[in-house]
Amino acid sequence: MALLEVKNLGITFGGLRAVDDFSFNVEKGQLYGLIGPNGAGKTTVFNMLTGVYKPTAGGFTLDGENLTGRPPIEINRKGIARTFQNIRLFKDMSVIDNVKVGLHNGKNYTIAEGIFRLPRFFKEEKELDQRAMELLGVFGLEGERDVLASNLPYGKQRKLEIARALATNPKLLLLDEPAAGMNPNETAELMDTIRFVRDKFDMTILLIEHDMKLVSGICEEVSVLNFGQELAHGVTTEVLNDPKVITAYLGE
Amino acid sequence: MKKHLKKIISIGIVLAVYALVIVLVQSGALSRHYQSLLVPIGINVILAVSLNLTVGFLGELTLGHAGFMSVGAYAGCLFSIYCDLPTAIEFPLALIIGGITAAIFGVIIGIPALRLKGDYLAIVTLAFGEIIRSVITNLDFLGGAGGLKGIAKYKSTASGFTTVFVVLIITVIVILNLVKSRHGRAICSIRDNVIASESVGINVVFYKLLAFVTAAFFAGVAGVLYGHNLGILKPNTFDFNKSIEILVIVVLGGMGSITGSIISAIVITLLPEVLRGLEDYRLLIYAVVLIAMMLLNNNPKFNTFKENIKAKLRPGKKSAAENASVDINATANVSENAAEKEAE
Amino acid sequence: MEFIEQLINGLNLGSIYALMALGYTMVYGIAKMLNFAHGDIIMVGAYTLSVAMATLKFPPALAIIVSMAVCSLLGIVVEKIAYKPLRNASPLTVLITAIGVSYFLQSLALLIFGSNQRKVDSVIKMAPIKLGGIELTGESAVTIGVTVIIMVCLTLFINKTKTGRAMLAVSEDKGAAQLMGVNVNKTISITFAIGSALAAVAGVLFTSSYGFVGPYTGSLPGIKAFVAAVLGGIGSVPGAMLGGILLGIIESLSKAYISTQLADAIVFGVLIVVLLVKPTGLLGKKRMEKV
Repeated sequence: MALLEVKNLGITFGGLRAVDDFSFNVEKGQLYGLIGPNGAGKTTVFNMLTGVYKPTAGGFTLDGENLTGRPPIEINRKGIARTFQNIRLFKDMSVIDNVKVGLHNGKNYTIAEGIFRLPRFFKEEKELDQRAMELLGVFGLEGERDVLASNLPYGKQRKLEIARALATNPKLLLLDEPAAGMNPNETAELMDTIRFVRDKFDMTILLIEHDMKLVSGICEEVSVLNFGQELAHGVTTEVLNDPKVITAYLGE
Repeated sequence: MKKHLKKIISIGIVLAVYALVIVLVQSGALSRHYQSLLVPIGINVILAVSLNLTVGFLGELTLGHAGFMSVGAYAGCLFSIYCDLPTAIEFPLALIIGGITAAIFGVIIGIPALRLKGDYLAIVTLAFGEIIRSVITNLDFLGGAGGLKGIAKYKSTASGFTTVFVVLIITVIVILNLVKSRHGRAICSIRDNVIASESVGINVVFYKLLAFVTAAFFAGVAGVLYGHNLGILKPNTFDFNKSIEILVIVVLGGMGSITGSIISAIVITLLPEVLRGLEDYRLLIYAVVLIAMMLLNNNPKFNTFKENIKAKLRPGKKSAAENASVDINATANVSENAAEKEAE
Repeated sequence: MEFIEQLINGLNLGSIYALMALGYTMVYGIAKMLNFAHGDIIMVGAYTLSVAMATLKFPPALAIIVSMAVCSLLGIVVEKIAYKPLRNASPLTVLITAIGVSYFLQSLALLIFGSNQRKVDSVIKMAPIKLGGIELTGESAVTIGVTVIIMVCLTLFINKTKTGRAMLAVSEDKGAAQLMGVNVNKTISITFAIGSALAAVAGVLFTSSYGFVGPYTGSLPGIKAFVAAVLGGIGSVPGAMLGGILLGIIESLSKAYISTQLADAIVFGVLIVVLLVKPTGLLGKKRMEKV
């Protein structure tokens, strides 16, 4: 059984069919790409998989559990974490605090224990600090731990968002255009990081990307969306050479 | 080490402020007018610090703080009127009852209201505050429009100040500790980006309510302190203008800054007294200062000017700090200074 | 019979709320700000009317025009000095500034006219109209009539004139409107001017019905007009009219049949219930945030 099984997923916005009858499976440990022209409905798929939108047709399961239409908080707790196309950091909080918010549900001390500074507060806060620094270390952000997130350069903001998503200890990580706005060097570095994350955290990753170098470089399989419908899916190299896909991207 | 030092210094400052005020009061150096402002200042600090939790840290605009204050005031004062325990037990109980009653109202109002955002939340909390006021005016057992009378007053200025000061310190510590915990981080994350908060599994509804109810609790406590200062509670003192006054204190002090709220509450409460000679122009000056502050804070030229002044002042400040720490730990200090200079 | 008279009272009060709510809603739509000082413009309008008639001995019609002109000018000046520099500031900063303006106008009135309420003669000299057993006072008839006329004119103005369409464009997207050649600053000034002139009319009608003005006269009606605007869906012109009328009727029926003192509580209660059922008000548009 695949980790993520998406079946006949669809959503309509006021009569407009944004995504229609879309199915794909992501195996555990896989790096899966979701590609397609602008406006094809890729981010809408992410929004349905994370509970931001409720699908109007079809559904999906994670590890066999049906999570269709559940609220975002619950979906995250069940093991899906994401980043956003237009970066959404906690911009007035420090870099390390951003990650610590991601670690929030991993700790148990109560509000009273926090207010009265009881022993468990100190113990768990220390653990939080160590874990957050470990995660920042993966992305080379240890040096910026106390910088405000909004003061980070663009590339590092994207990395911080991935670190924060990983902090929630997900089974499946959704990356929405992780390389957007990066130069070729940064993109190459990001590819290494994504592979590293997959290996070190034993992670399954589904990503949306326009940078075909990145997609062909790291994705084992891809699905192509066009006008909300699946155009092709399969092994990356084959799909990218499919004339249908090329037409969709470049036009007739 | 550094953390402990900071703690010791803070405790030192708190004790020094307390001792100074008590000495000023006992020696009669402080005029009657200023003495009468000590408790109101403390109450406004508690109100501002607690409102800052919702406005500054949670980032939600609420205009019903005076409503929670009144609910707490009436509940706590009613308790102390009808209860015959020794003051040492009765008063803290009254404070807690006032706080809890306000918190319960916070839950009742917060659950529906916090679904709304921005200006809508502001108007709904304002509406709730006004409803509470109208209802209290119509309840005979609360004294109606004439007011609830016969509340035991503090024995002296010094005892009143001591009481308020202790409660104030507890309030500040509780709110600071809350903000600097995983729960506080969750609250701040909602302010910065709700959608991202949800995406990392933060229970947004719960933490909004937590901040809102905690703020209501302390507003209630402040209300009880207020009632025992005047000996009478009138519903009209808790209208939306009171809520706005507290909001102004928070905004002038800086959103999300506890120290700012404290200083701002002191200044704003003292302002009418300082401007006493100008009597008729008092309100006008207050209004002009308010507008000017808002405009200046948003003026890019003024902000760079402010930064420049800060930068100019900093070297002086640093050397003062250096001198102070040399006494404590000379060797550790040398290396630290060197590192700092290199960094510059 | 009494019920119908109360209904007319409600329409009278509601018309005044509606006129004020229009100012709130137009300014909110265009500048995305809560103009907390809007209620105090009504007070300024009423004082101006009173000074023009009692002190300067102007005829009522001229006094009304003067009052509208003064308020329009005041609206433009306040916007230029206090709100324009804050276009990109946080909503809270703008709100506090508006509160500052409100305090400023109140304290200025307090300084000039003192804290006592000033009697104002009604500008409406019309005999009551009798319809069957119901008596409609001249004030009510004129207030309701004037409000209807203003609403029709305003709707036509917004939808049919170039300036009106510019206002719609600016409220939709300031940047895009500017790129399309709309003079954003001018449009915002015009909006403030119209909103304030309507407030002046509301002030005139208010004093005609109630006969007095004081420094804080505008404060509570201002809040209620704002409630009316939110009730109807802030940013929506028909919403402000609907909200105002509804609020006036609810208030006067509550006063007549439930309790005078609880009337305000009921009004605010209705707002809360409506917002909980329909979070953007009765006629408000729902906006979805793009993720």
